[in-house]
Parts: sequence; C-alpha cells; structure tokens
Amino acid sequence: MNTIRFLLEKEFLQIFRNKSMLPILFLMPVVQLLVLSFAATYELKEVDFVMVDQDRSEVSRQLAAEFQSTGYFTLHDVVSNMEEAKQMMDAGKVGMIMHLPPGLSSDFYSGQHASIQLSVDAVDGTQAGLIQSYSASIINDFNQQHRADLEMSLPNKPVHQAKTINLVPQNWYNPELDYITFMVPGILVVLVSMIGLFLSGMNIVREQEIGTIEQLNVTPITKTQFMIGKLLPFWVIGMFDLLIGLALARYGFDIPFLGSLATILVVAGIFLIVVQALGLFISTVTGTQQQAMFIAWFMMVIFILLGGLFTPIESMPGWAQDLTLANPVAYFIRIMRMVLLKGAGWEEIAWMVLVLSGFASLLLLLSINRYKKTAG
Amino acid sequence: MKTIVHISSVSKNFGKVEALKNISFEVKEGELFGLIGPDGAGKTTLFRIINTLLLPDEGTATVLDHDVEKDYKTIRPLLGYMPGHFSLYQDLTVEENLQFFASVFGTTLEENYELVAPIYSQLEPFKNRLAGALSGGMKQKLALSCALIHKPELLLLDEPTTGVDAVSRKEFWDMLQSLKKEGITIVVSTPYMDEANLCDRVALIQEGEIMQIDEPQRIVNSFEKPLLGVKSPQTYKLLRALQQYKWTDSIHPFGEYMHYTDKRGKPNLVSLKTYLFDQGISDVQIKPVQPNIEDAFMALMHNGLEE
Repeated sequence: MNTIRFLLEKEFLQIFRNKSMLPILFLMPVVQLLVLSFAATYELKEVDFVMVDQDRSEVSRQLAAEFQSTGYFTLHDVVSNMEEAKQMMDAGKVGMIMHLPPGLSSDFYSGQHASIQLSVDAVDGTQAGLIQSYSASIINDFNQQHRADLEMSLPNKPVHQAKTINLVPQNWYNPELDYITFMVPGILVVLVSMIGLFLSGMNIVREQEIGTIEQLNVTPITKTQFMIGKLLPFWVIGMFDLLIGLALARYGFDIPFLGSLATILVVAGIFLIVVQALGLFISTVTGTQQQAMFIAWFMMVIFILLGGLFTPIESMPGWAQDLTLANPVAYFIRIMRMVLLKGAGWEEIAWMVLVLSGFASLLLLLSINRYKKTAG
Repeated sequence: MKTIVHISSVSKNFGKVEALKNISFEVKEGELFGLIGPDGAGKTTLFRIINTLLLPDEGTATVLDHDVEKDYKTIRPLLGYMPGHFSLYQDLTVEENLQFFASVFGTTLEENYELVAPIYSQLEPFKNRLAGALSGGMKQKLALSCALIHKPELLLLDEPTTGVDAVSRKEFWDMLQSLKKEGITIVVSTPYMDEANLCDRVALIQEGEIMQIDEPQRIVNSFEKPLLGVKSPQTYKLLRALQQYKWTDSIHPFGEYMHYTDKRGKPNLVSLKTYLFDQGISDVQIKPVQPNIEDAFMALMHNGLEE
C-alpha cells in the first residue's frame, strides 16, 4: 500500500509542477462549457427582416408588430419595391424579406383569399427552416385573432370557418426547448472522456519515451501498483473536473437536476475507468506520445460524432446506430441526459451501467495483460 | 569467495540478430568487474538479463544464487541499476528523485545516507534543482546515488561514463573504487579501454561473444609481440605508408606514435627505415614501446574478427 502512496505522491508532484498542463486541467471544464454551450446553439436569434410594404395599411402595421413582438425578428427597414429589398439581402443585412402586395388589407377584410410572400436567405439551411416555421406560426396566430374580429364586423357575410384540428405541442423535460439544457450534460461527458482517454495513457507513453520506465521496472514495484499509480491521479482529476462542470451547469446554466447526483458520480467513476483503460491500451500499442495522441484523437472524434451529442442517434442510419452500441461515450451522454433532465433512477439506466462496467473490466484486463508483454 | 553473478551458456537473439552467443562468466563478491567492448557488442543486453528485464533464450543466469527468471522478485531489491541513458525524472528535483527511489525500495534517504554521502554531498547544494537542469556529470552522480540508495549488494552500471567529461569520468571511477571498499560488487560496462585498467577483472565482448576474461595486467602481458612506436611530423602519410608496408601486422595510432607490430615477429628496423625513407617520409623516429591494455584489446579484437 505504501508503494502506491509514494507513486501517487510522485505523480501529483509532477502534475502540479507542469506549468502548461495544470491551468488547462482546471480551466478546461469552464472554457468548454462556456464556449460550446453558447456557441453551438441552434436557437433562432434576432433575425433582421425588411418589409416591402405596397399595401400601407392597418394589416401591414399589425403584421410587422406581431413579428417583432416575438423577440426573434427585428424590422430592419420598410421599403416600397422588391429590388431594394433584394439588395439588402444580397449585402447580408437582412435574413428575410416580407412582401405585402397592394390590396392585401381589402382582400383580408372582405374575407377573400389574401397572401403575402416571405423570402428567406437559405444559405444556412437550419436557420432558414427555423425562420420559416417561426413565421408560419406567427401568421397562423395572426389569422386566428383576426377571424374573430372579422366575424363580428361582417355579420351579413358569414365567413367560412373551417373546423380545424388544433395541434398544441407540449415539450416534456425541456419545455422551453432550451438548447443549452440539452447540450450541457453531453459536453460534460466529452470533458470527462478527454481527461480519461488522453492523460493517463499519455503519461505512461511519456515514461517509455524518456526511458524512466526502465528504471522503474527494476524496482520491486508491481504492475498493478504501477497501473493504480498511473490511473488514480487522473481519475481523481476527472471527477474533480466533472464536479466543477456540474456546479457550473447547476448554478451557471440552471440545468435541472432531477435525478440524484450520487448516481451521476457513480456512473462517471465507472465511465472514467472505461476511457482510462482504453488510453492505457493505446499506450501499450504505441511507442511515442505523438502516436498515442493521434490514435486517441481519432477515437475521440468518432466517439463524439457517434455519441449523440450533436445529432440524435435515432436519426443515424442503421449501421451507425449499431456502432453506437459499442461507444461508451454514447451510453454516458444518454445516462447524463436521462438522470439530469428526466430524473431517471437506477432501474432505467441499470442496463447501460452494466454495459459500461463490462467495457471497464474487459478493457482493463486487456490492457494490463498487454502491458506485461511489452514492458518485459 | 561468494559468487554474486553466475552466467552460464547464455544466448539471446532479437529476430535474426544474435545479441549474445553462448556467454559464460562469474563475478565474485566485492569485485569490480568490467565489460569492455564497442557499441553493439551486447553489453546492454547482458545487463538486462542480469537485472531481470530480459529473459535469456538459452542458458541460465543467477544473481546471488537466485534465478533471474523464477526469482526476479527476490533479485530486484538486491540490485542497483543505472541504465545507459539518463532515466530519472527530469521534472522532479534532485532530492525528490532520491527520495522517490528510496521509498519504492521501502527505505528512506536518511536511513542510507552514509552510503551515498560521498557522492550525494556534492549534489546537496543543488538538491532543490530539477534533475533536468543538472550538468551531465552531476546527472551521473545523481543516477548513481539513486541506484545506491537502497543499499544493493550488486551494482550494475551500463556505460556510466559515456558522454561525460574527463574530470567527471575520473571522479566517477574514484567513487566506484570507494564503493568497492564498502564491499559492494560492481559490474560496469564501458567503451573506453583506458577504464579497463581500473577494474579488477575485465571481459572483452565483441559481437555477442566474450573474447577474453582476465585481470587487466594479465591481458596486457598476453601481448607477446615486440611493439614499436613510430613517429614522424607527417602523421597521415606515415600511417598510409605503414598500412601498405608488406610486413605490417598491425598499425594503430596512439597519440603522437604509431604502434606497429611485424608479421615476422621480430621487426627489421633497417628495412623499415629504408622503406619509410623511400616513401619520402622524413624525420622518422622509431623506439620499442611497452604494450598497454588498448594494444592488447586491439590485437584480441583483430584476431577475433579474422577467426
């Protein structure tokens, strides 16, 4: 036991002495959460639009007001011809043109078919789709409100009122469809994975590279002691970073914590062993830090892309969905979201935790076994 | 006297390369044993077999009667090993390195301070300096201290003086002599033949084979041919001329003199002088010289290659 203590002392001494790594280790959770959560957003932020108003009526003013009152649209300018509006869109000043043709108001109030034209800058497809659906629902609301007024003002001409099925969507677990709520738990997983996958494996390769491993191998230190000495420090740092991240998520981003923190920490502990064992395995098949770094990055990118962080796993093709079954990151992202946002307990996540534990023991066995062979 | 290291018919191959070919020797208690040979001779492989990092393909090796394969756990605490390249933690200080290696052997710096004191005392003013910031000679001293800190019975030093300046080299060998007086058995390898004189016994290794094992003086005595020292201001021309001379057996430059042996055994001074004069080399001095250990090794290695 004492040997492990000395090994840990040595590791921490080296980690805390590393002037360039140390700040990164503890700044990483903060920077990652802040940058990724705010930058990687699919939400619609104030879209400037220009109105080509050839009607100049009550209706056009009301429509403009309606769009602006949602907070998503800002009226950039009102012009009288389409050419001018197009120039503005070409210059990137506006993202949408709202064209109100002459006679709009009279058609509308006489109960006839009235139409307006919305032209959307669709270079960014996602953004264009959002603008379209937001606009459609604003116009829909507008119609509903004014129908009632219309019926009262025109008692002699009953308006055809179709009985429609009204769809009232309700978003469970994330009622505001807040993108940050969705992203932050996943980003925390990426954070923990990076520390686990890169640091401990890299640390062992470094001892090989510098040659210190030869001196260590002739000491009475056993393989197991050596492994524990290498894994534990970064396990502790990983857990510590996760706690910082969780605190930020809870108090900085107001992410709901419906499930239990203990559950998250237990799963994180197991998950860290999985990625650390994988890092260890990489270290046994490589000789230099550069090789190890490259392989680790390659795996990390695949883990993230197939992890359901940005794109839902359900919308991947079948073969990719099958691949995610072997992706520890995908499991942990799912568990994080389930526990934090839905308040899932052990029963719901038990099978995934079991799979992770399986990964952990398998990879640990594999890499310790391989390590013996390479270090003689 | 007790046998500390016993190597018996050991062979080791790396793929097609035969690193060691059927090697046998013994190191006795309290001996300062030298492994002398050029780069690639198999010295490091031999060290790695003795220190349990490599297993021999054939033959057996024991350290203090423990087999290197079966009893490696018993052997490791008994050894102090200094690898050929600096392998301490460069980002730990002098003192932290020493304390770490003491602690993994279950001891402390204080406990064995006396043993390392003669060496460590020179490093103590720099004990808070990072090991990576030490000079070459000081790194060697620190590495030796770390190898000694757990009071090993056998010290294995793989080319400890390679790349170290002449003064530090002399200091280092003085330290080894005083460690020997403490009763520690030392096996040391070196490519420098002049260091062979400082060992009790030396083994000359070449291409995985031991050419000869003996006391340095007896190896020198085994050099029987009369040796001449030849000198001229035109050194290079002289060397070329002697290399082409039909009676030349061996010719090696040693400082200002060329060491020359003759194929006929006893050289004919007159014909040699005439030959050199005909080659246009002036101012030639020739005198008989005493062979040194390097002459002996060169001759042995030369014979070894011809066989």
